[in-house]
Amino acid sequence: MEYTLLIILIPFLLFLLLGLLGGKMKPGIAGVIGTSGMFLCTVLAYITAYKYFFQAGKINGVWSEIIPLNFTWMRFTENLHIDLGILLDPISVMMLVVITTVSLMVHVYSLGYMKGETGFQRYYSFLSLFSFSMLGLVVATNIFQMYIFWELVGVSSYSLIGFCYTKPSAVAASKKAFIVTRFADLGFLIGILILSYYTGTFDFGTLTADNASLVTTSMAGGTFMGLSLATWAMVLIFMGGAGKSAMFPLHIWLPDAMEGPTPVSALIHAATMVVAGVYLVARLFPVYYFTAPEVLEMIAWIGTFTALFAAIIAITQTDIKRVLAFSTISQIAYMMVALGVSKYDGHDGLGYMASMFHLFTHAFFKALLFLGAGSVIHAVHSNEMAQMGNLRKYMPVTHITFLIACLAIAGIYPFSGFFSKDEILAAALENNPTIFWTLWLVAGLTAFYMFRLYFRIFWNGNKEYKEGHKPHESPLSMAVPLIILAVFSIFSGFVPFSELINADGIGFHMHINITVASLSVGVAIIGIAVATLLYLKDSEKPAQMAKSMSGLYKATLNKFYMDEIWMWFTKTVVFKGICIPVAWFDRHIVDGTMNGIAWSTQKISVSIKDLQSGQIRFYSWVFVLGSIVIAILVLFL
Amino acid sequence: MMDFGNFLFMEQEIGLIILFVLLFFYDIFCSEKGKKYFQLVAVSLFAVFTLFGFTPMNKGEAFGGMYISSDMTVFMKNILNIATLIMFLQVKTWLYSENTRHKKGEFYLITLVTLLGMYVMISSGNFMMLYIGMEAASLPLACLIAFNKYQEKSAEAGVKYILISALSSGIMLFGLSFLYGALGSFYFSDMSRNMISSPLVLLGFVFFFSGLAFKLSLVPFHLWTADVYEGAPTGITAYLSVVSKGAAALALIFALYKVFGSIDVAWHHILWWLAIITITLGNIFAIRQKDIKRFFAFSSISQAGYLLLGMIAGTAQGMTAMVFYILVYVFSNMAVFGVIAAVENHTKGDTRIAAFNGLYKSNPALSFVMMLAVFSLGGIPPFAGFFSKFFIFMAAAEQGEYLLVFIALLNTVISLYYYLLIIKAMFIKEENPNNLSRFSIDNYNKVSLVICTAGIFVIGFISLIYEYIDTLSFGI
Repeated sequence: MEYTLLIILIPFLLFLLLGLLGGKMKPGIAGVIGTSGMFLCTVLAYITAYKYFFQAGKINGVWSEIIPLNFTWMRFTENLHIDLGILLDPISVMMLVVITTVSLMVHVYSLGYMKGETGFQRYYSFLSLFSFSMLGLVVATNIFQMYIFWELVGVSSYSLIGFCYTKPSAVAASKKAFIVTRFADLGFLIGILILSYYTGTFDFGTLTADNASLVTTSMAGGTFMGLSLATWAMVLIFMGGAGKSAMFPLHIWLPDAMEGPTPVSALIHAATMVVAGVYLVARLFPVYYFTAPEVLEMIAWIGTFTALFAAIIAITQTDIKRVLAFSTISQIAYMMVALGVSKYDGHDGLGYMASMFHLFTHAFFKALLFLGAGSVIHAVHSNEMAQMGNLRKYMPVTHITFLIACLAIAGIYPFSGFFSKDEILAAALENNPTIFWTLWLVAGLTAFYMFRLYFRIFWNGNKEYKEGHKPHESPLSMAVPLIILAVFSIFSGFVPFSELINADGIGFHMHINITVASLSVGVAIIGIAVATLLYLKDSEKPAQMAKSMSGLYKATLNKFYMDEIWMWFTKTVVFKGICIPVAWFDRHIVDGTMNGIAWSTQKISVSIKDLQSGQIRFYSWVFVLGSIVIAILVLFL
Repeated sequence: MMDFGNFLFMEQEIGLIILFVLLFFYDIFCSEKGKKYFQLVAVSLFAVFTLFGFTPMNKGEAFGGMYISSDMTVFMKNILNIATLIMFLQVKTWLYSENTRHKKGEFYLITLVTLLGMYVMISSGNFMMLYIGMEAASLPLACLIAFNKYQEKSAEAGVKYILISALSSGIMLFGLSFLYGALGSFYFSDMSRNMISSPLVLLGFVFFFSGLAFKLSLVPFHLWTADVYEGAPTGITAYLSVVSKGAAALALIFALYKVFGSIDVAWHHILWWLAIITITLGNIFAIRQKDIKRFFAFSSISQAGYLLLGMIAGTAQGMTAMVFYILVYVFSNMAVFGVIAAVENHTKGDTRIAAFNGLYKSNPALSFVMMLAVFSLGGIPPFAGFFSKFFIFMAAAEQGEYLLVFIALLNTVISLYYYLLIIKAMFIKEENPNNLSRFSIDNYNKVSLVICTAGIFVIGFISLIYEYIDTLSFGI
């Protein structure tokens, strides 16, 4: 299956082509080239998935790793070398499908959405770069390759968020996203270094083989500050994942990243990049489970808290993209929780399976939500809910597809979200009731805020639009991706996921837990009902409720002041406590040494310049003398 | 009775001679008008010859071990061929100018003779052979250096080169006679078998080493370098700094590894000190230079010092790193000289660094290539130069030479400073004595710069090259 290399190579070549020559092309042509390249990638990814899941993947009843390509890039020692290769296993193949599908949809959608923007070609070249990085990340055979692509993902996300670089808020948001995730990646890098220093390998296969026994034995006994070395390594690696996947308290960049073009948010901040952290934990799941179970527990609790926290904030936001951003944070936290509560063998690995399942379904309906929101924004030229309402009459396709996505995320049978959410809740129930009930509550809140969003956009009274500013349905290039994604959102829940993807590679039969299902559907219906009461018609009730709980309302509206807390932390602790002393050290000690070297180099240089006299007799003399001196040194030293 | 089968092992040499003869007859029998295409013909033929080097070759020893052809020698000769090809591409404008137009044939012919000498140096299995190769490579080079003979500087450089070259040959022969006296043979294999650390052998080694160190321009045998590089035509400066130097380094690797490997204790610390002095002095002098060709003369001295690190390591890894270093150096340095030649042709021979002021404004593409080349020479990732330095430092560090690596690293900081001076001139400084306007360069040079740029970008990333060299290497 060597052709899988093309899946990664095509976007990269597209990036080079559009980046270098895009300026000379007509915008439309650049868009079509980018889109058709991505189409080719998608086809290849589907072929790969077909071959893997139906022909080559299962060996003796176990899903196994296939490495069609691997070559050594830098060799440090016999064991420690950086390879670049392609790893196919259930989760990476699944990710290939998700990424290429969503990316293709975004490519098509952008043809309409970004039409006429300056830098259209640049936009497509960055999209290709992002797709390349993300695809490279998921097929990485080793943790270092993953890190390289991880950073590339960060860079391309940075350039896409700041695509409109003339808008100060976009520039600030792109910087914030880059710095916050980069800060988290510092932890990731240190974690990688600790892990590879002790195990002597970067290779995923070697790290996870035999229940991660290599990590267990090589790190046995080492402790640092009361925690075992393995714990440290895995916590630090998780820190990188938490940064990319926007877990509390590193989530602050994601809402701001909504400054980027909406299709970008759909691709990066809904379906692909933000799940990289989940993917990372899943990739190293055996290591977490067998060497550092306490870290998994921590992940479960961080996830639970983040899910609740983000869901509460989402209720009060008025910018439709920000609602979706917080909903994304909350849903990714769901996936993290599922990983955190998962066990390893057979049906006990339900959490792992559920997490990947939710990743899969969420990618489609969340991308659909974002693209639908983009369609709305395209029509009314605003992100604010106050400017919307009654849009169902003007935009039927957007309306129906958006409704489907809302039902999917709320977890209503038979939409895809129902199945994956049900499995996550079932896994949580088996593990810890507190986590289960919190997630259950979050499921209700999710249904509530999603339908609040839905009603405020598409219903909410009979808002009239001025003549000449009437909203209109989006062009075909935008409507078609919505419809395709809607189909995915409806049916992707019926994939027999547990047979294909699970922690130990041996499939098990998934069944729906009736208790859990009725509880979760029940709470979702309650959420929807409350939202209907409050927002179906334009009324005073929501404002009155906000007034009666003004303290809580203000706190949530301001996202519990997390941005301010981070700002305070940066200004007082980082700047005053660390940066100023470091700057002093840099200016006086480091610069002083360097200036000293420069000064003495110059002095020596002046004092010996006469050596180069230009006179051949002097040269010969030095030559002969030099040989003699060397001879004496060799003989007598 | 001579066995003509021996010649089978000399395919590349014979190919070169055939090429020489072809061009020779073309030069003699063709009218001036027909010679308009000399450059095209010469470059195409040489390109074909370079490709020929990549086809499978016969390997083995000829003339009783006098002459050795192995995968490694073939690979090294290919490196030299590539560098020479790039040089040929770069000289078109200069060679077709008024003063040199009538003798362009000679230029190629003489260059090919020196290249043949270098082949012999690399392939020799006998010190006499090595010596003959070295002479064949050195004496004609003096003609090339003085090729602009109506220019005082060029003529002076030629004279200086031939005088110092004669002196070094003398010293080298002197050393070889000691070695012969002590070991009774000139064959590498015999000598290494009988190698002992006696004073006579050591003296012989030192004088032999001085001879090659002259070509490599290691301190204190480097003083001729700056004057000659400055005076020689730019293409020849490139040839001296890349091909001639590369060949000497490669010959030295073989001699040290094959012959003197068993007495490495004796020469190890001398090489250690020479490496440090060469890198440091080269850097310190480079800082002061105002002329870009002198500047790169000193830069090439310090680059040669880095090469020694691999020899000091003495392992197969060290050898791989050295050969890789030379390969990368070919592309980086040839790119530099390609740009210098372009600017020089335009400014009618102004080679001051100040002549590059504001190049970015007038010729962004050229300044971009120059920037890449300089970054690669300075060892900035992700360009090829970073990987070559990285590997050579790794090789030395593996042998526990931490102090040496540390000093070498410090020196890369200094070298970065002066390499950045060039960048500063091109990108930041505005005032220009020549008022560089936008100018275009000949297509040959364009091709050469494209090749170099591609090399700088990709060689570091194609690990196959490094691993291929690694399979050919052997340690002491």
